[in-house]
Amino acid sequence: MSIKLTIMEQMVQVAREQGRTLAPLRDDLALLDSGLDSLSIAVLVARLEDRLGTDPFTSAEDVHFPVTVGDFVKAYENGAR
Amino acid sequence: MARAEVQPLRRYLELEAADRFFDRAVQVRVGDLVRGTSLGGGLAGLAGRSVLIATSSQLTSALALIELDGVARRITILPPDVDRAHLNALVADAEIDAVVIDDEGRRGSYNLPICVVCSPGIAPLTESVPAAVGTEWILLTSGTTGVPKMVVHSLAGLAAAIAPRTDNEPMVWGTFYDIRRYGGLQIFLRAVLGGASLILSSAGEPVADHLARLARHGVTHLSGTPSHWRRALMSPEIGKIAPRYVRLSGEISDQAILDNLRAAFPRASIGHAYASTEAGVGFAVNDGLAGFPASFLDGVHDGVEMKIVDGSLCLRSAGAASSYVARRGILRDDDGFVDSGDMVERRGDRYYFVGRRGGIINIGGLKVHPEEVEAVINRHPQVRMSLVRPKRSPFTGAIAIADVVLKSACQRAEDEADVKNEIMTLCRNALPRHKVPAAISIVPALAVAATGKLARRA
Repeated sequence: MSIKLTIMEQMVQVAREQGRTLAPLRDDLALLDSGLDSLSIAVLVARLEDRLGTDPFTSAEDVHFPVTVGDFVKAYENGAR
Repeated sequence: MARAEVQPLRRYLELEAADRFFDRAVQVRVGDLVRGTSLGGGLAGLAGRSVLIATSSQLTSALALIELDGVARRITILPPDVDRAHLNALVADAEIDAVVIDDEGRRGSYNLPICVVCSPGIAPLTESVPAAVGTEWILLTSGTTGVPKMVVHSLAGLAAAIAPRTDNEPMVWGTFYDIRRYGGLQIFLRAVLGGASLILSSAGEPVADHLARLARHGVTHLSGTPSHWRRALMSPEIGKIAPRYVRLSGEISDQAILDNLRAAFPRASIGHAYASTEAGVGFAVNDGLAGFPASFLDGVHDGVEMKIVDGSLCLRSAGAASSYVARRGILRDDDGFVDSGDMVERRGDRYYFVGRRGGIINIGGLKVHPEEVEAVINRHPQVRMSLVRPKRSPFTGAIAIADVVLKSACQRAEDEADVKNEIMTLCRNALPRHKVPAAISIVPALAVAATGKLARRA
């Protein structure tokens, strides 16, 4: 499964677990408008570390906060390269 | 319940004829100390001194404690896991001027005027026992970082929660704790004051070997932390012991460990006690349920008064320490209460311990005690023990991660995934969403510190 697909699948899963309503996901959708709150995103990142073996937001010294869903996915794709 | 008068420890050997003390290597007939000594002619020289007990074995520490109570001005008990780098600070603060060791080779390690070697071989006492003095007992706290705090007790205070025995049945105490810490010391004193035998563990002894020795010597009373007990329950040797009394203290006893012990020892009396090095023994709960009845807060119970301030349990009793050595820090408030830092929460007619004040994980401004999450995880029938720890998160500051040890390893990866999902569901049903662990890892083991408590990183 591609990194992007894994992330999308986990977004849906975490939103369901956290009782959040997920907006239709597009690359230019602001993460804060996705329906996921801070806790959901933190949980999502922990879950993805389990699946993808990397956490691009906590391992880096200076954290670049992802603004859009596309940024978020790109952080993982860049880390995988 | 406090004893009307507390005598020097050596006197109890005459009164109650304490039996044998065992470790892996030797057994000692403790009653021989009435007219004997393990200090090789060094007893008189320690009279009125501030003595550090720094033996390598628990057994020689036990003998030295019996000999020196009422003789030394002050005895400081050095637990084996204390960082030696702190030694100079401890010696200076407690004005230590003598040391008891049990290993000739360490004679040069202490730059002190007097060094006495203690051996488990008891020789006839040729000198007379010096006139009795009130001895200060100094215990070290098990704080995780920095120089441990030195807490001042007296034998009367340490023994305040130990009720005189009312039966004559043979009593054989065992302890998973080291007797050089508060929890273990309580067991040592129960053995000496109650005329019992005592089975001590030896450094580096495997749990299975210790259990086998407990079984061989017919242990009737056995004490440890919930972590000690979880580890013991993982050993096949557990089936060989049949104690009448099972005691837990030192960590939160959750319902899962109480139920597991009940299943393992259907006929035993199972009690969980609350105590701390500073506050002394608070209470024991014997109804098989986690937490304690709210009625314990009304009035005085067994000489102990308790109140809750900002969620933290505060205690006042004769069993509390009087101060820190050299007055480093405030131990009691103006009313004599010791703030334990152990946080409690009321549910129905009981209070439950939820964790340490300092151990809180802050998740986006919401507080989580690792222990309350562990208590839920431990309810899963396949879970032996668990540790919830913080992980840094740029989104919420921190998140909670759970490391879980199963009772038996899963054969297939799918089984492991199923167990993780079940634990997650259990947490979601029992906890608000910020307290649900963000991730669960199945791990083969969790580290238990020398204090018998689950090793939590500060």
